[in-house]
Amino acid sequence: MIEVQNLSHDIHGAPILRDISVTVPKGGVTALVGPNGAGKSTLLSLMARLIPRQQGRITVDELVVGESDDKDLARRLAILPQTVHAASRLTVRDLVGFGRYPYHRGRPTPDDRAMVEDGMRLFDLLPLAERSLDTLSGGQRQRAFVAMTYVQDTDYLLLDEPLNNLDLAASRALMARLRDLADNKDRTVIIVLHDINFATAYADRVLVMKEGRLCADGAPQDVITETLIQSVFETDAPLRTVEGRPVVMV
Amino acid sequence: MYRNRLLLLTLALLACALAYLFTGVKGSLEFALMFRGKKLAALLLIGAAQAVAAVMFQTISGNRILTPAIMGFDALYVLILTAAVVALGAPAYQQLDPGLLMLTNATLMCAAAVMLFGLLLRKGQGDLMRMLLTGVVLAVMLRSITGLLQRVIDPSEYAVVQAASFARFSRAETDLLGVSALLCCGALGLAWRMRHRLDVLALGPVASTSLGEPPLRGQRRALLLISVLVAVSTALVGPVAFFGLLVSALTYLVLPTYRHAILLPGSALISGVILVGGQWALERVFAFTTPLSVVVEFLGGVVFLLLLMKGLKR
Ligand SMILES: Nc1ncnc2c1ncn2[C@@H]1O[C@H](COP(=O)(O)OP(=O)(O)OP(=O)(O)O)[C@@H](O)[C@H]1O
Ligand SMILES: [Mg+2]
Repeated sequence: MIEVQNLSHDIHGAPILRDISVTVPKGGVTALVGPNGAGKSTLLSLMARLIPRQQGRITVDELVVGESDDKDLARRLAILPQTVHAASRLTVRDLVGFGRYPYHRGRPTPDDRAMVEDGMRLFDLLPLAERSLDTLSGGQRQRAFVAMTYVQDTDYLLLDEPLNNLDLAASRALMARLRDLADNKDRTVIIVLHDINFATAYADRVLVMKEGRLCADGAPQDVITETLIQSVFETDAPLRTVEGRPVVMV
Repeated sequence: MYRNRLLLLTLALLACALAYLFTGVKGSLEFALMFRGKKLAALLLIGAAQAVAAVMFQTISGNRILTPAIMGFDALYVLILTAAVVALGAPAYQQLDPGLLMLTNATLMCAAAVMLFGLLLRKGQGDLMRMLLTGVVLAVMLRSITGLLQRVIDPSEYAVVQAASFARFSRAETDLLGVSALLCCGALGLAWRMRHRLDVLALGPVASTSLGEPPLRGQRRALLLISVLVAVSTALVGPVAFFGLLVSALTYLVLPTYRHAILLPGSALISGVILVGGQWALERVFAFTTPLSVVVEFLGGVVFLLLLMKGLKR
């Protein structure tokens, strides 16, 4: 269970997050949606201790973010940041291999290597395994980073817009894989999505953020309404219900 | 594949060392070997210290242009030394045990470097131009303060600090060899133990944090080791500006890998080949008209300009 209590965050005196409290129980896919600049990435970064916490408290099971040992946290929670910068010397296999670092700390076992190969196979990276990252297309690189996060094999996965640059097939495959992890391995996935239709199709729960606050929370079919789209995103995209699921007509 | 290259480099270094020890001996071989052996050891220590410090610094600062010397680490060392002479007075300073003195200087250097460069790394990470400018300004500032202090002290005191203010590979301070070797090997050993952490730190602060390797802690530890290595090298030969850069650039060229298990020993070997081979060539082949420091600094300076131009274009 991830528990966020009274989390507030300022950058240069400007309030970015305001008093956020939310609990994400173990298992399931939670989508985090909201307009640009709402604070989604900041929230995820704070959960994954990528930026230092200012106010409030975040716990992942019994681990307290910012206090517990970093190595323990790295085996419990993995994050895929929104912007990843690629060190050019690395090949795809090297990069994905780093996902196992929290376990082997520099001395990979045969099991670690097997997991890396498996991760590359799942995300269609085997033909690219020896290519260096700076020779890849945007989507191929994104897949490599997703695979690295995947092989970290943690109970909690935080993904910040993982569908960036991915084509339709890769996007659906990734979402199906996450669904599978949640349903069959009791993994917990928190995922930032901009495409509401992906959120309603694959998530169990939708958290809506605007201007640093949580403004809606619940099952996709309850939360995603035309009024919400209008008030949160300030655009009048019509909504249809197809097979019991709300679909935004873009 | 890189293993073979390391082996070749080791053989090259061995050949250079043998050539340095055994060619052109006039008079007693025993005496020559004693004398040259010490100098060889000093060159190897300096080479390894400069190389490993440069590679580690480039890893934790996330660029391939800046080195400890360009950022003013050695200027800091000379300043500390000068300040000590000013505070104690030359006679009292020279009474002190040189080994102990070096240990003290190295310790002060560590503390100052972690404060100063730790702050710089945190503020300037990812912004090469800002780091470069701050580093260059900092180095100039440290040198000016040193210059000011050296001007107000009397000539006898000046003679004491002067020895530490200029690079001279041919007259390495062999009497400090024992302490230097101890410090240097200790630091190199710890750097070797950090090799996997350095691989992760090279991924940048975000990735290394999420893999359980917080950059601040790793950077601080690396800065400590770098300070010791620079202190040792500066105490032995004085400040060298671009040598580390020459070595690190060659290392990435010869060993294009991200793995510090290869990069660290590789850079130390390359550095040794340049110093020992260069010293041998200059002393015995070209009969010593140009000091080695001038040659390597010139080459290193050219590499610096080339890298800078390439970096700016991108
Ligand atoms: N380093 C920073 N300096 C100043 N402001 C920042 C910084 N990082 C984020 N912000 C501000 O914080 C707010 C929230 O940013 P955040 O990246 O969390 O938004 P987001 O919801 O992820 O948006 P997007 O959908 O565009 O990714 C934005 O208004 C942004 O301008
Ligand atoms: Mg974002």
